[in-house]
Amino acid sequence: MTAYTDHKKKKSLLQWVKSRKGQQSIIIIAFMFIPLLLLFTFTYFPFGEMIKFSFYKMSYSNTPKYIGLDNYKEVFNNKEIFASLKLCLYYMAGSIVQLVIALYLATMLSFKTKGGNIFKGFMFFPYLINGIAIGFIFKFFFTRGFVFDSVLQWCGFNLENLPYWLRTQGLNNVSLVGTSIWRYFGQNMILFIGAIMSVDSEMYEAAELDGANKFKQFIHIILPSISTIVTLNVILSITGSLSAFEPPYVITSGANGTATYFVLMNRIAHTNQKVGLASAMAVVLLMIIFVATILQKLFFKYAFRNTNAEDQVVSKKKTRLGVKKNKSKEAI
Amino acid sequence: MVAKRRKHYSPSMIVWIFIKYVSLLFFTIVALVPVVSCVITAFKTDAEYQSTNVMTLPESWLNFDNFIKAFDMANMGRAFINSLIILIFVLIGSVLVGTQLAYVLNRFKFFGNALIRNLFLFASLLPGVAMQISVYNIMQQLGFINHLYGYIIMMMGTDVIAIYIFIQFMENISTSLDESAFIDGASYMTIYWKIILPLLKPAIVTSLILKGVSTYNEYYNANLYLQTKQLRTVAISLFSFTGPLGSRYNLICAGVIISLLPALIVFILCQKQIYSGITAGAVKG
Repeated sequence: MTAYTDHKKKKSLLQWVKSRKGQQSIIIIAFMFIPLLLLFTFTYFPFGEMIKFSFYKMSYSNTPKYIGLDNYKEVFNNKEIFASLKLCLYYMAGSIVQLVIALYLATMLSFKTKGGNIFKGFMFFPYLINGIAIGFIFKFFFTRGFVFDSVLQWCGFNLENLPYWLRTQGLNNVSLVGTSIWRYFGQNMILFIGAIMSVDSEMYEAAELDGANKFKQFIHIILPSISTIVTLNVILSITGSLSAFEPPYVITSGANGTATYFVLMNRIAHTNQKVGLASAMAVVLLMIIFVATILQKLFFKYAFRNTNAEDQVVSKKKTRLGVKKNKSKEAI
Repeated sequence: MVAKRRKHYSPSMIVWIFIKYVSLLFFTIVALVPVVSCVITAFKTDAEYQSTNVMTLPESWLNFDNFIKAFDMANMGRAFINSLIILIFVLIGSVLVGTQLAYVLNRFKFFGNALIRNLFLFASLLPGVAMQISVYNIMQQLGFINHLYGYIIMMMGTDVIAIYIFIQFMENISTSLDESAFIDGASYMTIYWKIILPLLKPAIVTSLILKGVSTYNEYYNANLYLQTKQLRTVAISLFSFTGPLGSRYNLICAGVIISLLPALIVFILCQKQIYSGITAGAVKG
């Protein structure tokens, strides 16, 4: 009896493996296993651990001790942490400036331009430089009497009237934000050019025939067609400015009041070894980011109420086509 | 032909063109000055560096002493080998993992498909630096710290943008190809390997370049998990200039220039793919 069922099971298992469904299931499991394993080991498991750590007083070596919400209380009461959170305003302002510059340049370059590719290339390249190199380049750039001061002196400024770019409190944050704009505006510009290229070129020709000038073309054709991607980038850049990390980390290492939230967190975790407190900081920041993202999404939904979902789908498709069109154009 | 067109330019057009080129030129100069000043300084001898203004051109453009010295001092030969090993394995691994995942997610309907897509999307929202503390603990427990393979496995991890580029590209590959291959008796593995992977080539090239540049430039994790001198990557080897050299910027600049040469070469050769990769990654919405 048992032998019979075993045989039947075996046969059906074999059949299942050979069947289409069976083959599908096998390939799905085989191909998903490693990516999901990596995702859980390096993202979701640490995410859970981080939440757990935030309730403990612990360092890398000591045994952890449960202290409830004390870490969170300290995050909200610590003056240094609060001050670092305020710094993200600099980065937010910077990211808006960056978006405006990128949009302006992208619009310029989307019209026929002599040497357009060369301009594009030079403005984009900073994006490909590694963070440490950028740190050195800008330490050098902002040092007293060096590159930036020389350039300003050529423009007629007197060295004695110029401030110390990386030492003066407040101003140093502006310098750091400038660095980050320098690094990313070209990348943003390329993004926007891609979106603008997706607009049918016949529309510009028609508009030109109707006598619309470039400014009107920008307002009525370009801006509406790329509103989705601009919105997306506004959201990303505001969220990104909350987690600003690289410029202060590599250029000033957070000295002189340039320690952003992440730099401080990094210091608390690795130098001061207060793992619990740092975890609580991370959780608080994540919550702020989520709330900010949701609020922004709601805001943009409300602001662009008249452009319904269907339009967005169409524009997305167009963008995709646009990318391909670009490619074929360049290939020619 | 050109002359004919010129006649059509109205005064407002001329102003417009003037503004356009001036602003393009301005931002190009802004983008260039920091790097160019670095190049200038890298060619100066110590005496020259101390006596001249930073923006004065060097006496000789053939003075490669600083480059040689910087290369030796930071042990960059070893660093380039390390970076190359890391690049090769990370790129092969991430392309295989990414295309396989995209293949399964795009071609098959199964329970949890949408959930898994969302899991990856949500993961991309979590800022990496915030979780570094607990990732560090895990790396410690796995014994991955100070081993190239540990760092490679961690970096191979899932890159959402690459997956999106693959999925997007796969949507344009007709499923009838898979169907007819399946009817001819091909297994799904064969379909992936012989049909999908070759057709994905343009997307793979794009993601290879983007992932390659970002892996080459990565320093935060490399600094945490590759602390032995022998394991330093190029980006980290630059770090060694901070302490002893202080402000000998002619050497530091030479090191900086050496470190960004590979990225520059890739950029010059693959500009088109880099641009299309950036736009494709962003269109995901």
